[in-house]
Amino acid sequence: MCYLYVEVHSVISIPPRLIHRGQASVYDTGWYIVLCCGVVLLTMTVFSGYFSHSTDFEVHRNWLAITHSLPVSKWYHENTSEWTLDYPPLFAWFEYSLSHVAQHFDKEMLVVQNLLYTSPATILFQRLSVIVTDIVFIYAVKECCRSVREEKGSKDLLGHPFFILAALLLWNFGLLIVDHIHFQYNGFLFGILLLSVARHLQGRHLEGALLFTVLLNLKHIYLYIAPAYGIFLLRSYCFTEDNTDGSVRWSSFSPVRLVALGSIVISVGALSFGPFIAMGQLPQVLSRLFPFKRGLCHAYWAPNVWALYNMVDKALSVLGVRLKLLDVAKLPKASMTGGLVQEFQHSILPSVSPSITLICTLLSIMPAVLSIWCRPRGARGFLRCLVVCALGSFMFGWHVHEKAILMAILPFSILAVESREDAGIFLMLTTTGHYSLFPLLFTAAELPIKVLLMLLFTLYSFTSLKKLFRGSLLNPLETTYLLGLVAVEILCEVVYPLSPWQHTMPFVPLLVTSVYCSLGVCYSFIRLYVSLLRQHGTDKHKQL
Amino acid sequence: MENWSLVSICVLFGLTARWAVSLNSYSGAGKPPMFGDYEAQRHWQEVTYNLPVHEWYFNTTDNNLNYWGLDYPPLTAYHSLLCAHVAKLINPDWVELHASRGHESYGHKLFMRATVLVADLLIYIPAVVLYSFYLSEGSNKKKVFLCILLYPGLILIDYGHFQYNSISLGLALWGVVVLGLGWDVLGSLAFVLSLNYKQMELYHSLPFFCYLLGKCFKQGLAGRGLFLLVKIAVTVLVTFALCWLPFLSDPGQILQVVHRLFPVGRGLFEDKVANTWCSLNVLIKIKTILSTDTQLYISLTTTLLAILPSSIKLLMKPTLWQFKLALVNSSLAFFLFSFQVHEKSILLPALPVCLLLNDLPLPAIWFLQASTFSMLPLFLKDGLLVPYVVTSLAFLFFSIYLLSALEHCSEDKLRLGPYRRLLICIVRRYGYLSNCINKDHFYFSITAMAGLSFMSVALAPPAQLPDLFPLLVSVFSYLHFLGLLLYFNIVQIAEPPQSVRKNQKKSN
Repeated sequence: MCYLYVEVHSVISIPPRLIHRGQASVYDTGWYIVLCCGVVLLTMTVFSGYFSHSTDFEVHRNWLAITHSLPVSKWYHENTSEWTLDYPPLFAWFEYSLSHVAQHFDKEMLVVQNLLYTSPATILFQRLSVIVTDIVFIYAVKECCRSVREEKGSKDLLGHPFFILAALLLWNFGLLIVDHIHFQYNGFLFGILLLSVARHLQGRHLEGALLFTVLLNLKHIYLYIAPAYGIFLLRSYCFTEDNTDGSVRWSSFSPVRLVALGSIVISVGALSFGPFIAMGQLPQVLSRLFPFKRGLCHAYWAPNVWALYNMVDKALSVLGVRLKLLDVAKLPKASMTGGLVQEFQHSILPSVSPSITLICTLLSIMPAVLSIWCRPRGARGFLRCLVVCALGSFMFGWHVHEKAILMAILPFSILAVESREDAGIFLMLTTTGHYSLFPLLFTAAELPIKVLLMLLFTLYSFTSLKKLFRGSLLNPLETTYLLGLVAVEILCEVVYPLSPWQHTMPFVPLLVTSVYCSLGVCYSFIRLYVSLLRQHGTDKHKQL
Repeated sequence: MENWSLVSICVLFGLTARWAVSLNSYSGAGKPPMFGDYEAQRHWQEVTYNLPVHEWYFNTTDNNLNYWGLDYPPLTAYHSLLCAHVAKLINPDWVELHASRGHESYGHKLFMRATVLVADLLIYIPAVVLYSFYLSEGSNKKKVFLCILLYPGLILIDYGHFQYNSISLGLALWGVVVLGLGWDVLGSLAFVLSLNYKQMELYHSLPFFCYLLGKCFKQGLAGRGLFLLVKIAVTVLVTFALCWLPFLSDPGQILQVVHRLFPVGRGLFEDKVANTWCSLNVLIKIKTILSTDTQLYISLTTTLLAILPSSIKLLMKPTLWQFKLALVNSSLAFFLFSFQVHEKSILLPALPVCLLLNDLPLPAIWFLQASTFSMLPLFLKDGLLVPYVVTSLAFLFFSIYLLSALEHCSEDKLRLGPYRRLLICIVRRYGYLSNCINKDHFYFSITAMAGLSFMSVALAPPAQLPDLFPLLVSVFSYLHFLGLLLYFNIVQIAEPPQSVRKNQKKSN
């Protein structure tokens, strides 16, 4: 404990004398336990009465069955259910270990042929497993709170950055509904990510690298933020010194550190993929992990650039038909009228292929990655780069799910409690990003839950950050945009279902939500980039 | 953070918990032919919407009183009528005469749950806000507020089992708040409305009466006191008259409504209730030995005896603090000794106990937990086990942590100092009561409750004693209630007449 204390404070450069006895401190555990218990009990209350289940619920049940009842060699070949195992091997092993607990609840859920099996015991087990594995997340948040810069002055517990950060992370609206109502194990996965980030903030880089490698082998979507990790570790860990102007000093390269890093990555990779390489199944596994047969956008368009692109295309085609410039018969038949916008074909604008999205993604994260190579700004610069990578891939990626926005929101929370500008961007991003998750829960009974939880989180984030930075964080335009979300919600969920168009054009609410939110997310992305490059500029300026 | 945002966050938290509980099953779900309280409320909407007012309380061809006949006062009937009009707009099948009997559907459940939420939001929650921020002292206002909102008994009965207690209790709380702020006429108005929503509010009526009368005495019955008394009396009479207006034309109507409200024929108690008679019945079968009339007289006498001391004290000293204690003592005495008590009636004493959370944290939390526990058999019948466990844990955890309840159990904090001083001159060994309320006993009692809950769920009762666990739950809760009734009475009566408390200055 004492060792930790000294280390943490040397890393974040706060003289230990600032922590007074009797003053609220990050080392008290009472407030933290209250926050955790509150959220755990709330989620348990919610799921106790909640017996409907999403596709992801069946997906994970199927994976439990596959890993439990089949030999390892068949894991990535099994296709009884359409929800085949498409996560990396470590996650399969995670499901395998869960299945050993599951068999004490209900053995039937572990039979591959029992599609859509939902006994009360199954539901109870699945829900409890999410809550129990959330312990990783709870621990990680605690570690993050310890790494936050503390300013002296505020005496009230509620006004401390670490408290605000803990509340923002533990009570994160997106995580609550995606994990506990929709159903996924994001709490567990983001727990590992945040723990890895916290280790980097504390200067324990090897641990951070190990955790991230494990994370990559649990869910490969985190490949999107791997560039930030790779460059940061190479630049700031393998090179031990900088030149006076901040550029890299090539002579300070430490091969030992590189070897250490490399061996960590390779050994975890070998542990995970090794058995499948040995069985000669690597191509099969990879084809499951990267299915490019899916469309550009998910059924509900995630609020990114492609949503806007689709919208422009649609608008142009409608306009073209109206102005008699286009022939209706020649247009590709869009399946949008079905309510699900699965395979969307562009009629005017060129179609987008996976390789184009990949190039766009790489281009969008390039400046950020280059900036931490040229002017590393420590672990915080790395964190900013990580958020940019996550958001960049969300903006331009292939077949992005709306849930992926959490990958940017959660790490960004740490920056938001430390700087005023970031707090403003954070509020824009989280509010729009969280609102864009609303279509995940679409039944009438869920409407009050999602609205109440969203209000709870949004109100808290606004008032606490405003109090922390003593003043308004958003300009009038941004405020108006966010208030517009209320109008969109009322329009989409109250007014539109009562109107006659509900039957002829049921897809409009989703379309409006997606396009409106993508404006906000794009705006936040641009602002984030501006802040990053401006910092880069000021650093250069100082050097001159 | 500013107050308003913290309050909104607390309210949102409370509402989320409420709606989450309401996703669960309700009483009598899928259990024909009688269903449960949910069907009763729906049936009242059907009856009030389709029948003329003068048939509401009468047995007619269209109104079978044996099938959930209306047995609440007129305001409940009007509320049902209002809900029925909304229901008719959404789906006419929900309130169609005869045809809708036993109607159950996803949409209808949502509608019914929403009506509870709306009523709660309009009546109960604002009253709690006002109470916590204007009438409770100290820095704990927001914490008390959150704890009152999270009281599991009310949430589980209203949003799980299905009733509209938040309206009657909310109106009574409005009465307390408004009286506390010094507006006596408005306070009596609010209380009369609450009484006209649910006749069980009679449990609270004596303290209201004594408080107001005591205030009139204090101002001098010859001058301003008399004027106040007349004002209050006129308010009460006019409010009553307005509520009962449609029934006033015919004395037969009034008698029938009154007869419906107080069904004396239903016996001393039903099911397993944590009160004296049910617990005594384990030892002596009073229900079979005594005639109904004797039972009625005995219960009336004991109830009167039990509420007399606190009422007299309140009459002598009409302050807010005394008033709150008298509300607890009176309603709890009614619950323990009166005729035809339901297990849900424990919510009536629970409301004023919530108001004591700030002043007497440990006894209040203890009582509230015991009251929730006493309704366990009901919750199990309704399939509310998980919400019961989760909300109880949440309440215990939050209230103990936020109010630092376990650190405030010295004799002074428990307001037993005056009692101790009184006792010095009497027999010493009776003083042990003040030692009863301490941490260890609290832990022991909570553990026992957890154990009994677990046994009720997991173990099958022996064949010859099928009601063993509900009975154990009742008797165990009864002991708590009796002990706490004694404690609250001592606190109220032992308060020395000359001590002037801060909030009294404010309220008078």
